[in-house]
Amino acid sequence: MPHPTTAQPESVLRLSHITKRFGALTANDAISLAVKVGEIVGLLGENGAGKTTLMSILFGHYVADEGEITVRGEVLPPGSPHAAIAAGIGMVHQHFTLADNLTVLDNIMLGAEPLWRLTSARGAARARVSALARDFGLEVDPDAVVAGLTVGERQRVEILKALYREARILILDEPTAVLTPQESASLFATLKRFVAHGLSVIFISHKLNEILAACERVYVLRSGRLVAERQITGTSRSELAELMVGRPLPQPRVEPQEPGAVVLELRDVSAHRGALWLRNVGVELRAGEIIGIAGVSGNGQTLLADVIAGTLAPDSGTLAMAGREVAAAGPRRMVAEGIGRIPEDRHSEGLIGDMSITENVISEGYDAAPFSRHGLIDWQAARAAAERAVAAYQVKCQGLDGPVRLLSGGNMQKLILGRVMARAPRVVLANQPTRGLDVGAVAYVHEQLLAARARGAGILLISEDLEEMLSLSDRIAVMHRGHLSEARPRAGLSIGELGLLMAGHTGGGDSHAA
Amino acid sequence: MDVITILFTTALWAAAIRIASPLIFATLGELLCERAGVINLGIEGIMTVGAFAGWITVYAGFGLWAGVVVAALAGALFGLLHAVLVVPLGLSQHVTGIGITLLASSLAYYFYRLALPEVTSPPKIEPFQPWAVPGLSDLPFVGEALFRQTPLTYLAFVMVALVAWLLARTPLGLAIKAVGENPAAAEAQGINVIAVRIGAVVAGSALMGVGGAFLTLSAFNSFFFDMINGRGWISVALVVFGSWRPGKALVGALLFGLFDAYQLRLQQWAGAVVPYQLFLMLPYVLSIIALILVSRRAAYPRALMVPYHKGER
Repeated sequence: MPHPTTAQPESVLRLSHITKRFGALTANDAISLAVKVGEIVGLLGENGAGKTTLMSILFGHYVADEGEITVRGEVLPPGSPHAAIAAGIGMVHQHFTLADNLTVLDNIMLGAEPLWRLTSARGAARARVSALARDFGLEVDPDAVVAGLTVGERQRVEILKALYREARILILDEPTAVLTPQESASLFATLKRFVAHGLSVIFISHKLNEILAACERVYVLRSGRLVAERQITGTSRSELAELMVGRPLPQPRVEPQEPGAVVLELRDVSAHRGALWLRNVGVELRAGEIIGIAGVSGNGQTLLADVIAGTLAPDSGTLAMAGREVAAAGPRRMVAEGIGRIPEDRHSEGLIGDMSITENVISEGYDAAPFSRHGLIDWQAARAAAERAVAAYQVKCQGLDGPVRLLSGGNMQKLILGRVMARAPRVVLANQPTRGLDVGAVAYVHEQLLAARARGAGILLISEDLEEMLSLSDRIAVMHRGHLSEARPRAGLSIGELGLLMAGHTGGGDSHAA
Repeated sequence: MDVITILFTTALWAAAIRIASPLIFATLGELLCERAGVINLGIEGIMTVGAFAGWITVYAGFGLWAGVVVAALAGALFGLLHAVLVVPLGLSQHVTGIGITLLASSLAYYFYRLALPEVTSPPKIEPFQPWAVPGLSDLPFVGEALFRQTPLTYLAFVMVALVAWLLARTPLGLAIKAVGENPAAAEAQGINVIAVRIGAVVAGSALMGVGGAFLTLSAFNSFFFDMINGRGWISVALVVFGSWRPGKALVGALLFGLFDAYQLRLQQWAGAVVPYQLFLMLPYVLSIIALILVSRRAAYPRALMVPYHKGER
């Protein structure tokens, strides 16, 4: 049944009363929205607000329990990506849906032709892809294998895929999560070109700045409900933030403090894994300071983190903690030396999903006192530690014996924080500590990092989120192709400047090709 | 005749191609399954079923080509069983495959005993005869080695070209490769992942069935126990050796055929000095070495052995 208030004649797409439940969880609760021809509509919400679920229903990956979707006045058959594509809906997924071992052209042509044909019309397809790429500024080599493309290029392929299928409504799910600020700006320019050609765009994001920069109108989702619709010209950053979170947002406050002695020093460290290199990296981290390591993912940050965590032996160079050399010591020794590790991927490197909260809490120190006595694990001490971590770090869980994988991302990260901070580490290695977390959990992680800083720990914060970097760090260094720039004081650095450094432009104004 | 001169006899090369033929069918079949993301370890049993079904059809008085068709259908049937278990139901592919092998070969032996309870020595049929390709068979050396084979061998080579064309040139082939690389991507483009995977496994298993039938209808003239003798497993390795490409897989099958034909002749030559088991081992050892050399950098289908469930993140 169409919703009376959204019944506008020029709407190209209308969602009416879409409801989707997963067990007890209502992911989408009677959501109605409409998109007009030639506009960019934002869909703003925290992780878990139901944005991706809503779009998956629109694209036919899920079937809604209630409600219907109409495209240009015609009802879209539910649960069929094929029908969605035929109706002119194109989706650019957050995690790219590209087959790595196939070429760009293969990926674009996939599914675009009837299957039962003796040959595929590759020549014509190549010409069309080139034309589209030219028209919209999405240059990419059609015969390149996807595995060798950069993230930005892959995103262009995703968009080309949708355009090739004659999409009129383009949905972009968190498209800038992996881009540099400059790449994002160029993406926004491309989107403006789309709407000038009469396409419509749905832009999904939890980043307020991007919604404000790219959209004309925005819908705000919170806990599965549509809580607001605003014209961008008539709203503000703070209003949107409050609508999204449901309460005023705490801002991290960095108290000025004098850094102490050097706690971690890397000098001329080179390392490699496969084709990835870390080249002559040097950094000096002092007690009570946060150094931010910025950079587009895949430029060597993971290698740097692994070298410091002891899971990757450097090829050359020295690594010293509080003046004592500890290079290639192995992860156990590094933890003992006072490294607190918040790993990049909490699922694969942070926690063991099928083991209990208690087991995970002691997993970095199970073999020594107080958790181990005479070669036997002291489960009482272990449970006590787990209880302390859960209480102190506000981990929401059913009990200490349930498997960790049932926790939400935010609660997993809190548990890791609890485990790390309980050891009062001298150095906190925080690699993408807030990736994928909702705004509330992000604020909590920031608070805890700042608390560790106030206590006198040195913190190495590796992040792709430049706002986070600029609001927390005392000094910031940028990684590009395995090189680490000198750490510069945050005061006087802008997002634009950092973006240029991340894209490989050196500070002095001269640039080399990226 | 010494070790080197054996290599220059046409008989050796003709034998190599003959030995390779069933492997070519089976390897292509396995390749098709794996390209779609499904490993089919039912291959050994499916070949046994193909060998039996083809043979019993001819034994019952139907033509040789009818036997080939029945073998393909029998293979396809067991392929369908495997596909249903591992594709929509998402069961473990290796465990299911081994189960299919045990089930299929046992059923073949069971029905053989049921059909022929009395016989002690396996009854014979009149198999495919070599057919000299007019013109080409008169070429020196090559003609005798390559163009005086049975029709099924020629069919094997034709199938290599067909499968290569399918994968490289057709939209269907692209869909098969895509569901084996990234099924979510294929789904997002409107491809029915489940249907494509089932189709590939069924078609691949039909080829395996024909591979088995080659043994009863062309290489030998009767069905007996354990006649597949690991040829299915070798084919699984040949797919890896061929880096999932039909052309390279053909080279692998021919190489294995050559090793095998060569060791048979070495046995006669040196059997008195060295135990013949050493030579039996030779093709397998050489295969392992070749595998190490060739396939270390092979780009395997990324979604191989990963069940696909629609709507899961």
